Amino acid sequence: MLLPVPDEDGAPFWEYAARGELRIQACAAPGCGKLRFPPRPCCPHCRSFASEWRLMSGKGRVWSYVRPHPPLLPAYAAQAPYNVILVELADAPHIRLAGNLVTAPDAPLDSLDPARLRIGAKVHVAFTEQDGVSVPRWLLEKS
Amino acid sequence: MAATLKDATAIVGIGQTAFAKQLPQSEKELACRAILAALADAGIAPSEVDAFSSYTMEETDEVEVAKAIGAGDVTFFSKIGYGGGGSCATVGHLAAAVATGQASVGVAWRSRKRGSGPRPWKNTAVQLPTPGQWTRPFGLLRPADEIGMLARRYMHEYGATRDHLFNVALACRNRANQNPAAIMYDRPMTRESYMTARMISEPLCLFDNCLETDGALACVIVSAERARDCRQKPVYVHSVAQGLPAQHHGMVNYWNDDPLTGPAWTAARHLWKQADFGPHDVDVAQIYDAFTPLIPLSLEGYGFCGRGEGAAFTEGGALEIGGRLPINTGGGGLSEAYVHGFNLINEGVKQLRGISTAQVPDAATCLVTAGEGVPTSAILLRS
Ligand SMILES: [Zn+2]
Repeated sequence: MLLPVPDEDGAPFWEYAARGELRIQACAAPGCGKLRFPPRPCCPHCRSFASEWRLMSGKGRVWSYVRPHPPLLPAYAAQAPYNVILVELADAPHIRLAGNLVTAPDAPLDSLDPARLRIGAKVHVAFTEQDGVSVPRWLLEKS
Repeated sequence: MAATLKDATAIVGIGQTAFAKQLPQSEKELACRAILAALADAGIAPSEVDAFSSYTMEETDEVEVAKAIGAGDVTFFSKIGYGGGGSCATVGHLAAAVATGQASVGVAWRSRKRGSGPRPWKNTAVQLPTPGQWTRPFGLLRPADEIGMLARRYMHEYGATRDHLFNVALACRNRANQNPAAIMYDRPMTRESYMTARMISEPLCLFDNCLETDGALACVIVSAERARDCRQKPVYVHSVAQGLPAQHHGMVNYWNDDPLTGPAWTAARHLWKQADFGPHDVDVAQIYDAFTPLIPLSLEGYGFCGRGEGAAFTEGGALEIGGRLPINTGGGGLSEAYVHGFNLINEGVKQLRGISTAQVPDAATCLVTAGEGVPTSAILLRS
């Protein structure tokens, strides 16, 4: 599997993920405080360079999804067709994270019955370790 | 505003190599062959070329090309980024250079061995820039996956179906079936073959994806004044634009407030503002088609229909010859050749010269667009 290769701006996301926390970069300027993703050095709203990483509830909804089929890189081909979902965060719907909807945090990428994939489905985050790196996965909310 | 590019320059030569899954020649040789063919078409000596423009992804640079074809002193050169988003901007940059006197004979080109050569997403040793860490670990690996995500949402929001995507694929294939140079010249498509094709990234199947092609193309740009004395009927560069919308993120425009309004919308606003005519006056369009969903999204962006109406626009043969807006009349990236959209530029020129293999009667205006989903560019051509 491909491991995340963080850049300087993105590194904190992965450091918090290692602690099991989903955090998103936010402007730390008084009176602004807007969230932004992907992370970057300065706030596009007020141009402040002050930032903090705000804890999210980990809840969201499926905004869209695809099911990749081969030809794919070998580790992904072995699990294809799997799903990749885009989750809009409940706390900030304009922030959408790519991820995988699975039956358990460490279940394979193709573990969920594709019939259960649905735009609008409520999901929550969990973390799994992949080759020593903690990556977010998404689980369906029990309805 | 004093200066204007409007009709100040014209494309007076076009050239191309054969298109195939695999060609024996190097990219450099293919580039030189296409450029020399375009100059011969224009009736202009290679030693007169003093401006070059291509894509940042172009492997053959102007130094190599200039010395191979025997160009003289070169006073303008540029490279445009973002893969297929750069195609029309090559013409735009040369038009600006020629119109402002920085150069007199410009050559734009693209040479690529994608059929037999490397593709960026296949390179796992090098992580692609910024979005990589937010997409690659989750198996969102290829452009088809990235655009498939937008396509699924588009279908959900607007009731677009695979039949709409089929309409796009079929129009391109039908035109390729009229074009002996097209890779899919002798390969008709049916609804059955489309619907049963293998999936690449659901909802996108094999025929929603562009070809993988070896080949090269080039065109020659001079001032409108000089164009009158050239061998071919001039095709005027009427309006040009590039488009990088606010908060855009490249192929994965998911973090934009509105991911379904891509760079086409930005390019279109400037393109039409500079033009003497509007979308309803366009006789034929060459719309960048690396993936079928880019067509309905572009139809909306360039103003041929309203937001969410792009899929319905494809119904009733609208994109076919005789339809409301014939598109990609050489077969496009889906069925002629995928050379990062340069074939769309040359096909636009053919239409306005009246020599296309799928000629739109009396075509006098043509929109050509570059890759939607990435920072893009577009040109309006007129005869
Ligand atoms: Zn701010």
